Amino acid sequence: MLVYVLCLALMAVGIYAMVAKKNVVKIIIGLMVTEYAVNMLLVVIGWRTGGVPPILPESSGGATTRFLAHAVDPLAQALIMTSIIVSLAVLLVSVALAIRIHQKYGTFDITEIRKLKG
Amino acid sequence: MNGVFGIDVNNLLPLFVAIPLGVAFLMPMAAKLRRERLLDVVALLAALSLFALAVMLMRVASGSTVYWVGNWKPPIPGICLVSDGLSRLMLLVVNVVAFLITIYAAEYMKRYTGIGLFYSLFFSMIAGMNGVVLAGDFFNLYVFIEVASLSSYVLVAFGIEAEQLEASFKYLVLGSISTLVVLTGVVLLYSLTGTLNMAQVGREMGRIAAAGAGAKAPYLALGLFMAGFALKAAMVPFHAWLPDAHPAAPAPVSAMLSGVLIKAIGVYALVRITFNVFGPSIGAAWVLMTLGTISMVVGVFLAVGQWDLKRLLAYHSISQMGYVVLAFGVGAEVLANHGPVAVASLAVFGGLFHMMNHAAFKSLLFLTSGAIEYATGTRQLKELGGLAKLMPVTSSCCRIASLSIAGVPPFSGFWSKLVIIIAVVQAGHVVLGTIAVIVSFMTLVSFVKVQRYVLGGEPSEKTAGAREVPAGMAIPMVTLSAVCLVLGVVVFLYPPFTDSVIGPARDVVVRGLEYIGGPGPMGKP
Repeated sequence: MLVYVLCLALMAVGIYAMVAKKNVVKIIIGLMVTEYAVNMLLVVIGWRTGGVPPILPESSGGATTRFLAHAVDPLAQALIMTSIIVSLAVLLVSVALAIRIHQKYGTFDITEIRKLKG
Repeated sequence: MNGVFGIDVNNLLPLFVAIPLGVAFLMPMAAKLRRERLLDVVALLAALSLFALAVMLMRVASGSTVYWVGNWKPPIPGICLVSDGLSRLMLLVVNVVAFLITIYAAEYMKRYTGIGLFYSLFFSMIAGMNGVVLAGDFFNLYVFIEVASLSSYVLVAFGIEAEQLEASFKYLVLGSISTLVVLTGVVLLYSLTGTLNMAQVGREMGRIAAAGAGAKAPYLALGLFMAGFALKAAMVPFHAWLPDAHPAAPAPVSAMLSGVLIKAIGVYALVRITFNVFGPSIGAAWVLMTLGTISMVVGVFLAVGQWDLKRLLAYHSISQMGYVVLAFGVGAEVLANHGPVAVASLAVFGGLFHMMNHAAFKSLLFLTSGAIEYATGTRQLKELGGLAKLMPVTSSCCRIASLSIAGVPPFSGFWSKLVIIIAVVQAGHVVLGTIAVIVSFMTLVSFVKVQRYVLGGEPSEKTAGAREVPAGMAIPMVTLSAVCLVLGVVVFLYPPFTDSVIGPARDVVVRGLEYIGGPGPMGKP
């Protein structure tokens, strides 16, 4: 139970950084912390105390049932792979935007990056 | 079997993702050849083939069919693409609009450099949207939403001016929060049910509800999904990014974002999950109705005060999406209360029909605003004027689209708003029906202002030299105007047409998923 709470706490830290920080780079860091918190949640739901790798050993008799009762969930881990790649793409785009914004505005402070209003 | 030329159309479903993704991959390389016309031709052919496939699927396919990628059928957790009435309607809307916008973009984007990169991003956005609409499992829904959103973040910043970068960054941060919230919802549902397949999750949800026991986790998941997709659909109070992001993009991209993106990855996903996976519940219905009504009212009031043409149109997108979400909310409420199915069907029909009409007239409005900017170099209402004489084709298209969005008969927007208002009143919400009528009137006021400042009066110094746009831009605008008019006339004169197009989609929303997810998830009976 505690792990789930910690995951959600990490997520809250990331969202806090995105909402409260004024620096573009810190917002991007907050975004990444949130992404990792969600990925961690995915790991945790597939995890089992004293689990075995989800690779079926030589199957004989009751081995399969025992295996099913102890193997960790491989699907959750497969999903994280995809999710990490997606977050990498988001990171690249946001960093590229941050560099361009710095070139145009000369600052990373979002209170000064305000040409749009209404 | 739903066959055409001896091919099972079900096997063509992956092409909706594969064609645009392939084109997106090839474009940056083809750009090295330095033949810009070649890129245009490839893009047009790809968009045309998607358009033809979507029309063919609409004509030939019936019921719901599933394509199991790699033939991984349940109980093995694989990827599946599902074609049912609702997906086919959305595919038709997305690909028709995308095809017309590609024609427009071929001419309009001549002023920008990096046309190969533009097409690459544009087609990955189409691939993402087609994927979202076809996805039959939650994780792919999430991945395709990210594909479509990421391309749209970059497309918003395509001009790399200061405002565009700022809008794009804002859009990226809010958009990423929404997809992360959706992903958390997916994770919760997976740990709750042990499967990602939508039909299976839906069945498990039914089982959990039947067992009673006051399980609260499904509500948390539903709340996360609704918050995430409401942000993508730009429902007030999650709308702050839209009026910055949509006007910042080049005109064809704005048309694509407002015309189809907020529907495919926002409203469609919202409807699919609330109605088909979790099943309509009172709580969800009230959330949808509240979001819809607030968006409708706030959107239109913010729009009336705008003097930037594209920003004004962006606020109207929020307001019009409010109508759609309100209609679905009323449908969900009637279904959850076990009220008359006919009323729920009417509300859902109105929502779907308005979504389709909005795709036509809002993309048309953004295309005409692009044409006006192309010819005059400005989009400030106060600097424009007298375009009715100088640009007759653009002006007539702008008039038709404005009449359509304002809900003037016989244009398409009138009928869909009428159906929504009738359904809302039949469901017993007279106050909401009255609000919808008032908002429609405010929309009319706002567009009268556009007509007066942009088209009427004498040419200003900025518009004096304006000339009609080239045929490449005029043809898609005229076609979309014809769509607005024909949809409006056809629904009145020949009801079977709308029944055959929207009817199957309405039935999917009202009756739920029919395709079989196979036996239960792994390790469960």
